[in-house]
Amino acid sequence: MGFPHPPHPKETVLLSQYFGDPEARSHKGWVKRGGYEALAQALKMQAGEVVEVVKESGLRGRGGAGFPTGLKWSFMPKEKKKPHYLCVNADESEPGTFKDREIMRWTPHALLEGTAIAAHAIQAEIAYIYIRGEFTEPWTIMEKALAEANAAGVFGKIRIVLHRGAGAYICGEETALMNSIEGKRGNPRIKPPFPAAAGLFGMPTTINNVETLAAVPHILKRGATWYKGLCLSNPKSTGTKLFSVCGHVQRPGNYEVTMGFPLKDLLYELSGGMRSGRTLKACIPGGSSVPILSREETERTLLDYEGVVAQGSMLGSGGVIVFDDSADMVYQIMRLARFYAHESCAQCTQCREGTAWTTKILERILAGQGKTQDLDLLLDLSENMTGKTICVLSDSCAAPVVSGIKKFKNEFEDYIAGKRKPVMVA
Amino acid sequence: MADGLINLTIDGVPVSVPPGTLVIEAAKQAGVLVPHYCYHPGLAVAGVCRMCLVEVEKAPKLQIACATTVTEGMVVKTQAVQAKDARQSVLEFLLINHPLDCPICDQAGECELQDFVFQEGRAGTRYAEYAKRFNPVEDFGPDVLYVPNRCILCTRCVRFMEDVAQEPVLNVSERGDRAFIGIHPEARLDHPWAGNVVDLCPVGSLLSKDFLHKARAWELDKTASICTGCSQGCNVTLDTRDEVVVRVRPRPNLEVNRYFICDHGRMNYRWINRGDRVEAPLVRRDGELHATDWDEAFARVLGILRGASGKAVALVSPGASSEALSLARRLFSAFEWTGAFQVVMGEEAPLAGVPNLALRAERAPNAKGAEQLGYTRDYAAALQAAASAAVVLVLDDPDCAVKTEGALIYAGTTLPPEAAARAADVVLPIANVAEEDGTFVNRDGRAQRYYQAKPAPGMARPAAWVLGELAAALGVAEAV
Repeated sequence: MGFPHPPHPKETVLLSQYFGDPEARSHKGWVKRGGYEALAQALKMQAGEVVEVVKESGLRGRGGAGFPTGLKWSFMPKEKKKPHYLCVNADESEPGTFKDREIMRWTPHALLEGTAIAAHAIQAEIAYIYIRGEFTEPWTIMEKALAEANAAGVFGKIRIVLHRGAGAYICGEETALMNSIEGKRGNPRIKPPFPAAAGLFGMPTTINNVETLAAVPHILKRGATWYKGLCLSNPKSTGTKLFSVCGHVQRPGNYEVTMGFPLKDLLYELSGGMRSGRTLKACIPGGSSVPILSREETERTLLDYEGVVAQGSMLGSGGVIVFDDSADMVYQIMRLARFYAHESCAQCTQCREGTAWTTKILERILAGQGKTQDLDLLLDLSENMTGKTICVLSDSCAAPVVSGIKKFKNEFEDYIAGKRKPVMVA
Repeated sequence: MADGLINLTIDGVPVSVPPGTLVIEAAKQAGVLVPHYCYHPGLAVAGVCRMCLVEVEKAPKLQIACATTVTEGMVVKTQAVQAKDARQSVLEFLLINHPLDCPICDQAGECELQDFVFQEGRAGTRYAEYAKRFNPVEDFGPDVLYVPNRCILCTRCVRFMEDVAQEPVLNVSERGDRAFIGIHPEARLDHPWAGNVVDLCPVGSLLSKDFLHKARAWELDKTASICTGCSQGCNVTLDTRDEVVVRVRPRPNLEVNRYFICDHGRMNYRWINRGDRVEAPLVRRDGELHATDWDEAFARVLGILRGASGKAVALVSPGASSEALSLARRLFSAFEWTGAFQVVMGEEAPLAGVPNLALRAERAPNAKGAEQLGYTRDYAAALQAAASAAVVLVLDDPDCAVKTEGALIYAGTTLPPEAAARAADVVLPIANVAEEDGTFVNRDGRAQRYYQAKPAPGMARPAAWVLGELAAALGVAEAV
């Protein structure tokens, strides 16, 4: 449901059904709502059978990359020779994204149940839920829920451990997250080896996003075919997706829709449209790391993995950032670049130096001291920062810069030409 | 594949390497040095500098040669336009915060940043009008300074301390372009092998205080040598400037010291440059030692050896070459011979991450060689025997408390005022380790050559030459 707003008839409410319902947070309340039935069912199945069901459902990773979940699980060794681990990525730090937070705040047991099912499917004895450090309320709620569920003994042999992050965006990168759990600096690792071969503590590991796992109990309970049927456009994108809408809309919040839902309906109907007298200028559809869409592209976009790619961006985490005609795109892009410059782990040269340099150029343009060649320089730096580093933080900094210059070049040129009042950025 | 090797092509050159070889190592076989910073064959792969990006046919994007293992039929192009562009951009990124203070930097001339920028960097910078990152110089330890402004964060030093020295006192502190190499606030970089971080640093960021502003890299002559600090036998390079040894650095030998030497060995070179040397042969005349030429000195020694018989004792330094030690025995073929040496002992300091590598308790390079040639460690007994011997030879052991009724021959580099060897009938001036070619046998029985780095002072000659001339005159040079 469109939390914190009343549900909209066009939503497909699955994960967000109990958002705003405090009783659903308790073990008792969750069981009353049909909770932990799917887990009980899964524990009676062979691990491989669970993997097959999830594979069949078409569920794809909701953290950003959209990798098929069942396929990822199937990469784990079938014959278990070493301990297996499950990591749950609850480090939701992508600017514009706040769906996992709500799942943990309102339906902690949905995540715990999905986690236990996944752990069973990949034969993991321990699952670590890595929760973003700033998530104080979700942390407290998750801790309480885990204690209750443990007391009720619902997890069988599976042990779930909550691990708290310390405030680094990069720890949401899967291998940096594993380093962080191991007590090391949260630096992404070079791949291969991939986590399924050598992940947490060097053991076979699977890592999934909160929203992905929260969907798993529904799939087990209602079947892969039913889940696969939740599809409005491309059959490769199935199920429901939570979109966190923020920015210049009347009703920002989380909205759950079926894959393939039109982005324009999400913005103009579910989110209440622009503020009065304002029109849509641009939209970042999948969290700050994906290319910016123009108004025309936004209005054409269907919200599934393929639909957003068709318009030149990515579905990403589903963090929808909306800009109306009052937005200063140069400033917005500078803020994004500054975020990445702040959060770069400093391992790779292009990222460490490139994110900071990009920020400085954007700040200079805003200050009215830009040069005409700065735009070509920004594009060249972005090219050099794309596809050449260990993780994609550097690419993520480049994406909004490149798409921003391409689509809103006149705003940059106005600053450079002195047609806009300089903005001094602190 | 029949021979178990993987065949691939690098810049058009076919190479065959064992499975598991990294592209960057395979490239060396093709005569191609892929530019790199974070990669070092003696350290764990980090893959962070992104300098060694190369094109691999069929790969969707550029690959780092340091973390890509070879596969059969792989085609690697280090000079592909895309790869060169990517490396050029890495160099540009590395330079934007670099002070470019090469004229006052110790590393200049042996700096990998200089080298690769010269080789394939941009002519100018596009990083105009922005301040460069600044952090003050830090004192890391007894011999190491950290100049953060020059640091390219390759993390070789961090990985060395963590994985090889296994004393993780360094880290990367902060994030983004604020990052620098940090040291534990309560720790010093004083591990007995810590000096290696200076060699490992590809730029002028970690500097040796001992070498600070001593010489420019291009003024140095380099000579392959063996460390004399202990019985490990680490392979080293002696760096000389104007015939003065100014620095000792490790020379890679995977069997002995890999890429490293300990700080004890690194600092153990000043004695090589000592000025208080015996520079001319000395003979005793009227109870006093008088300088003379080699002819008279040789004649005097030969007279002693031909005129005596019975017991002869050789008291030798375990720092003498095996060649000299061998001849010092042959010289006494006609005598009842005893040879002995004494070794200064110290504390052992292993390098935890490398098996069988340590600063050894035995602080001498050729004790094993001496043993192989029949010298014993029973120095006290030999000293006692010397008292009544017909002839005693002391070979480069100025601290030897020798006393004899017989003739005393001293071949040495120095002759301190208080030395017992001042009672010698003849003093023969010899070269030290940096002034001769020779062989040491390390504790594991590995015979290793060292080479002359500078001339010996005055009339001093290598001990093997001096003893060889004498042995030849006696007709015993060929064999025992």
